[in-house]
Amino acid sequence: MKFGTRILHNGHEIDPFTKGLSIPIYQVSTYQQDSVDHFGKYDYARSDNPTREALEETIAHLENGTRGFAFASGMAAISSVLLLFSPGDHLVVCEDVYGGTYRVLTSLFSRLGMVVTFVDTTNPDNIRAAIRPDTRGLFLETPSNPLLKITDLEAAAAIAREHGIITLVDNTFMTPYLQRPLDLGCDIVLHSGTKFLNGHTDVICGLAVVKDKELGTRIRFIQNAFGAILGPQDSWLVLRGMKTLKVRMDESQRNAIAVADWLTKQERVTGVFYPGLSTHPGFEINNRQSAGPGAVLSFTLESLDLTKKLLENASLAAFAVSLGGVESIISYPAKMSHASMPREEREARGISDTLVRLSLGLEDSGDMIKELNLLING
Amino acid sequence: MDISTQAVQLGLYWDKRTGAVTMPIYQTATFKHPGLGESTGYDYSRSGNPTRQALEEGIARLDGGARGFAYSSGMAAIANLMHLFRKGDHLIVTEDLYGGTYRLFEQIFSQYDLSFTYVDTSDITAIAQAIRPETKGLFVESLTNPLLKVADIKGIAALCRERDILCIVDNTFLTPYLLQPLELGAHITVYSATKYLSGHNDTVAGVVVVKDPVLADKVYFLQNSVGAVLGPQDSWLVIRGMKTLGVRLDRQQENAMKIAEWLQSHPKVQKVFYPGLPEHPGHALLKEQARGFGGMIAFEVVDQSLVQQLLLKTNLISFAESLGGVETLITFPEVQTHADILPEIRQRLGINNVLLRLSVGIESVDDLIADLAQAFDSNRLGADRGENK
Repeated sequence: MKFGTRILHNGHEIDPFTKGLSIPIYQVSTYQQDSVDHFGKYDYARSDNPTREALEETIAHLENGTRGFAFASGMAAISSVLLLFSPGDHLVVCEDVYGGTYRVLTSLFSRLGMVVTFVDTTNPDNIRAAIRPDTRGLFLETPSNPLLKITDLEAAAAIAREHGIITLVDNTFMTPYLQRPLDLGCDIVLHSGTKFLNGHTDVICGLAVVKDKELGTRIRFIQNAFGAILGPQDSWLVLRGMKTLKVRMDESQRNAIAVADWLTKQERVTGVFYPGLSTHPGFEINNRQSAGPGAVLSFTLESLDLTKKLLENASLAAFAVSLGGVESIISYPAKMSHASMPREEREARGISDTLVRLSLGLEDSGDMIKELNLLING
Repeated sequence: MDISTQAVQLGLYWDKRTGAVTMPIYQTATFKHPGLGESTGYDYSRSGNPTRQALEEGIARLDGGARGFAYSSGMAAIANLMHLFRKGDHLIVTEDLYGGTYRLFEQIFSQYDLSFTYVDTSDITAIAQAIRPETKGLFVESLTNPLLKVADIKGIAALCRERDILCIVDNTFLTPYLLQPLELGAHITVYSATKYLSGHNDTVAGVVVVKDPVLADKVYFLQNSVGAVLGPQDSWLVIRGMKTLGVRLDRQQENAMKIAEWLQSHPKVQKVFYPGLPEHPGHALLKEQARGFGGMIAFEVVDQSLVQQLLLKTNLISFAESLGGVETLITFPEVQTHADILPEIRQRLGINNVLLRLSVGIESVDDLIADLAQAFDSNRLGADRGENK
């Protein structure tokens, strides 16, 4: 079955009880029990909720994993999964990781005794060089946020496996439609479900998927004990949003390609970062490991004034944080997604004051280009 | 203003544009910025969502704190607070603690070199004796789960302040309607809002209130960084539930008192734990510090076989985990809520195989007593109830 069919027909599209063509929203906290010795499958909604479970099984199915987990936010998913590690454990993390992930690693998990080295993972040799005897995890984003750098997942996972290290991949920008890291040898896939998976900019949500059953049991323990779960209404909205994942991503990606092409031809645009461009250093690798370049791109402008003008006057793309919705969103990484990174760290990573990130939605690309033209060249 | 009045006012008339009486559900992930470096006060819903904020501000007002925080579960709330501590820190904790909190401390946070000493927090001397130089926090349940021991929050908070220890009170069983720990000197209150605050057995949620604004900023940083926030729909349901907090609790404790008295006189009951009973050791203390005794009862039956009988033969009363809802629930702590606590500790605490916990709802008390009476008298231990339906 092709992906477009699988997102609609995966065993969780029909309510097993009434046969309704949508999973009910179980707004419940607890379940009546019939036996003292053997509790039913459901006993408390932090542990299990049928609506959340439908979402968890669906994402596991789409990522080709054995088990999925839904959390209150992408950061709750990442924070919960990071509890797999112990004090003294060392993690290798891609250097232009999302600012929120950077923040929990450097100001929370560091206090619990975890140690992190940030490296440019676009070169697998850098990963190998950063591995120490106490290294237990490799955390990757590809494409990365906001510079859309590409890491070779198969090569990275192979190095990690060789050293007995768990590979975690934040697959938010790609979704399982475009890229399935578990198939490439990675161990844990993470998502901010807020973005393309839900796709309507109306839910905050996080997801995790694993292939290995034992790892699944460990994350399940943490999810239940830590309790950073996703509520039933939000779980249902994400399930609903995912039904249109393929058509949305197809269209958004088409728009991104058109806008990226146009941007490369503009004099006042000093750099365009998009793995769909053949000039992008990760173009080949991304083509090999994924089904497309996605719908997020970033670019730098010739001046700070022009950057401000664009951000403040954009009307088709909302000037806001977040990405991956049906509406285009333009954002300013230096002050938004990466504000929690110290200035020198940010600049060393190329996240300059004239860098703009654009997440393409479903607006017509001709209209989008017309507006960008007016603001950049007008 | 009385707490019950404040609770009804939650989220009222927030929406100036339409004048809507109730709080809108802001099912949005992000907010448009008016300009560079400008914000409406809302940027991203993990960081701040108006619906969640209405709940957070409301609970902070009810509890007399500087700031409130809403989480995806009570466990998520407590877990977030544990990040206030550092490697090597020691905490003193109520010994007959909720099993989920015990699991969180022992199986997750202990591996990060936080250490926990469990004491009978209804005994303030035991707390004082457990303090070590590295003691940085005290986590106390104001009314314990399931044995309903009463902690002297005023005395404990004073001790904590004197010794520079962070005093965190899990006030789930009493709610701000009955007890206000921050007014008594505690630094932080935490709630499983799933229980009395939401009150309808339909939402899983956690809430934290912090007295001091500087400490509140630290907790905000943790809430936003870890991201275990409560969604807008669930936030709205908790607000909706809290509007009836006063009337629900009034009825629940009225019912609980009558049921406790009835249980006391029942020949098949050997012990009743309810702080509303004058002979309960915490009765006088709770009378002084709180507005009531709550709606939770624990009791021991004379014979183990009666446990199964009561759990399965009650018709109105559901056999289910959780508590604090409008419906009466019965649970068996030893195998349900406190299964994660080591058997020898359970035995020492008195969480044994004849102990049952009742969360009294708002049904007519005569019907509840009649239901318990028929379950006690029913000897037919046939098919499970599920098959009878």
